[in-house]
Amino acid sequence: MTSLFPTFDFHRVFVAPWTQDLATQGWVMLMGFFVATACGLVGNYLILRRMALVGDAISHSILPGLAIGFLLVHSRNSLVMFLGALAAGIVTTILIELIHKKSRVKQDAAIGITFSSLFAIGVILISLFASKVDLDQECVLYGEINNVALDFPYVSLGGFTLGPPALVRMAGVTIVVVLLIALFYKELLVSSFDPGLAFSLGINATVMHYSLMAMLSVVVVSAFESVGAILVIAMLILPGAAAALLSQRLPVILLLSVFHAALSSVLGVHLGLALECSPAGAMVVMGTLLFALAWLFSPSQGLVAGWFRLRMKPLIPPDTDQAAKFKV
Amino acid sequence: MNRIPKITLLVLFNGFFILPATAARIGDISETSVLEQALRFFTFQEPSVRYALLGSIFLGITCGLLGSFIVVRKMALFGDTLSHALLPGVALGFLWNMSKDPIAIFVGATLAGLLGSIVVHLIKQTTRLKEDTALGLVLASFFAVGVCLVTMIQRLPTGNKSGIDKFLFGQAAAIGADDIKLMAIITALAVAAITIFYKELLVTSFDSGFARVAGFPAQAIHYGLMLLLAFAVVIALQAVGVVLVSAMLITPAAAAYLLTDRMSRMLMLASAFGMAAGALGAFVSFLGPGLPTGPFMVLAASVVFALAFLFGPRHGVVMRWWRQHSRSRRMQRENTLKAIYQVLETREGEGDSVSLRELAQRRRETEDDARRQAYELKQHGLATLHDDGDVIFLTPDGWEQACAIVRNHRLWELYLTHAANIAADHVHEDAEKIEHVLGEEVVRQLEKRLDYATTDPHGKRIPSLADMRQRGAQAGRSEDTVGYGRRA
Repeated sequence: MTSLFPTFDFHRVFVAPWTQDLATQGWVMLMGFFVATACGLVGNYLILRRMALVGDAISHSILPGLAIGFLLVHSRNSLVMFLGALAAGIVTTILIELIHKKSRVKQDAAIGITFSSLFAIGVILISLFASKVDLDQECVLYGEINNVALDFPYVSLGGFTLGPPALVRMAGVTIVVVLLIALFYKELLVSSFDPGLAFSLGINATVMHYSLMAMLSVVVVSAFESVGAILVIAMLILPGAAAALLSQRLPVILLLSVFHAALSSVLGVHLGLALECSPAGAMVVMGTLLFALAWLFSPSQGLVAGWFRLRMKPLIPPDTDQAAKFKV
Repeated sequence: MNRIPKITLLVLFNGFFILPATAARIGDISETSVLEQALRFFTFQEPSVRYALLGSIFLGITCGLLGSFIVVRKMALFGDTLSHALLPGVALGFLWNMSKDPIAIFVGATLAGLLGSIVVHLIKQTTRLKEDTALGLVLASFFAVGVCLVTMIQRLPTGNKSGIDKFLFGQAAAIGADDIKLMAIITALAVAAITIFYKELLVTSFDSGFARVAGFPAQAIHYGLMLLLAFAVVIALQAVGVVLVSAMLITPAAAAYLLTDRMSRMLMLASAFGMAAGALGAFVSFLGPGLPTGPFMVLAASVVFALAFLFGPRHGVVMRWWRQHSRSRRMQRENTLKAIYQVLETREGEGDSVSLRELAQRRRETEDDARRQAYELKQHGLATLHDDGDVIFLTPDGWEQACAIVRNHRLWELYLTHAANIAADHVHEDAEKIEHVLGEEVVRQLEKRLDYATTDPHGKRIPSLADMRQRGAQAGRSEDTVGYGRRA
């Protein structure tokens, strides 16, 4: 009988992915890195703008767009599918605004209602046309990052093999995201931190908002295939949140989130191999562990550092009654 | 790549083609038609149908009740986080003895949910990260752990047929007798808790400051509600699934929130909507093979919300638009009536009809526009048209309303010049607006304040009660008309 935890095999977990399996696992790691980087970079701005849960909403609600796009052209990787998902993402943003502005339902409830309805429509479409759609419920939930290396034929440029098409696409999206952030760094920064100042500098906050949403939709759609609808949220939030615990400067935070993305994807593949579970899930688990480490050991905001400071320099002698009061 | 091809996965896990053991009780669905399935559903002979329906109703009540508090406390997305965070608990509960033991899963899921809410609280307390980030973090990371566990379970020989994947999107047909008992207990618990602590919940939800001052244990109530919420989400899992269970909390309650201002009524409505959506979802998913229950329930709830959003009598978008529209139409009619009155007034009693041209001149419009407005008056029984619609007679009702509106206008002008010391040539614009909204009460007060004046600041006569009745009596109306402000 197979047990829940497979017997640990050093060779299978640590050596093989870098030697004989590099052809497949290498692509998986690289794919994970690109997904987490693109998501993490955009996610930083979501965290700053306190819109983390809008990312949650969009990642759920692109599903009907994907499904309809798929039913129209009957193939994956198509532009139609991509556009459908993009449209669904924008519709979500508009619907949330509409419900929130035109009725007395608060924004949080508006988000919840919008994404759950759209997600439900998506799941129903998929299950109704299950026989026709090469897009099943499992894929929606866990993604299929493992299949990235099976995506033939590999793209090559000038005799040099670049990699599987899915990976090349994701890399392209990542590069575009990096370029956009580099180009509009100032605008994004100012409109995220100080909308008033942004307005006085002539930056259109609405345009920035919808551009960011469009970028988010593009990233989420491209990542969807690899990590599924729900783990995308982790990819969006984890790198930025962990980085925000380590630094207060945006450039450093952006760099750290890329570092987090790289580390969690490489470690995640190994964890996935060790436990024989979904690699996307394992990547997120690794990302969570990294976040937990940052939370514990961050020099400025970490739990340990805070506790240490409290022990070393008690503000009030610990035996007075007031100590208990001030500790809170 | 030694991963099993996709299509095999589909066959093995999804239950589209081979129904897992848990769902097989409702029979070989794929061989019967939709109509037969509907018949089977409504005869309620099979226990699985009864269980599915009963379970959906229980979950509708519980989610509606607790969801109402979630919505008014602005914690809607907390429910979402909680439900996703349950997944590892469900998986661990399943691992306890490798079966869908309701108690083990219940305990595991509740613990995972509580752990999740504690972590959210801790992140908010000890770091600079905001609530939304904390919620998203817990949601995604707990879910990832759950995904790893579920994929590990599915790798086990017994895991394939265990139906654990049914927890992701829900399958009401998989609800068994034990589940129903648990659901009944939780529903009873939720109803009892809300009845007993209604006042406390109400106060802490709407006025936390007052609750603290009045000595209500706000923290304890908050955590009590969280615990109940975790219970509700866990029992809803079977039918709706992890991913969409938060919608059953938020959507019916938000729909109820649009329809009423009273908490007690909102609770009733929300649980009614929840029940309806639950039953409908269970029914539709029973009709065909492989139709997941959760999405249909959520969709039914969303339809209810959309209806409330559009057609709610007080807050509905369409209703509000319609009110606005009919108000502007009424104002238009009143302006036409006023113009007719003014034309008649200049004649000093000579004749009681107005030609279309006169009206158009008075309103400074084309004759087509005037014709349209005259027709509008006719439709509302305020005027009759003669000579191909070129001559307008006011009916007694029309005359009365015309008098009333002119009276409102002139009284207000007089009031502004007398009481607010505004120059007589500045009061017209203001009176143009206010004449449409003055109620009978205010008109009475104005008359009294102005000592029943008979002329306005421009020297024109303010139509009196006698004027209004005069024509009414001429046209054979009874004398018992009271007041000025009668409107259609």
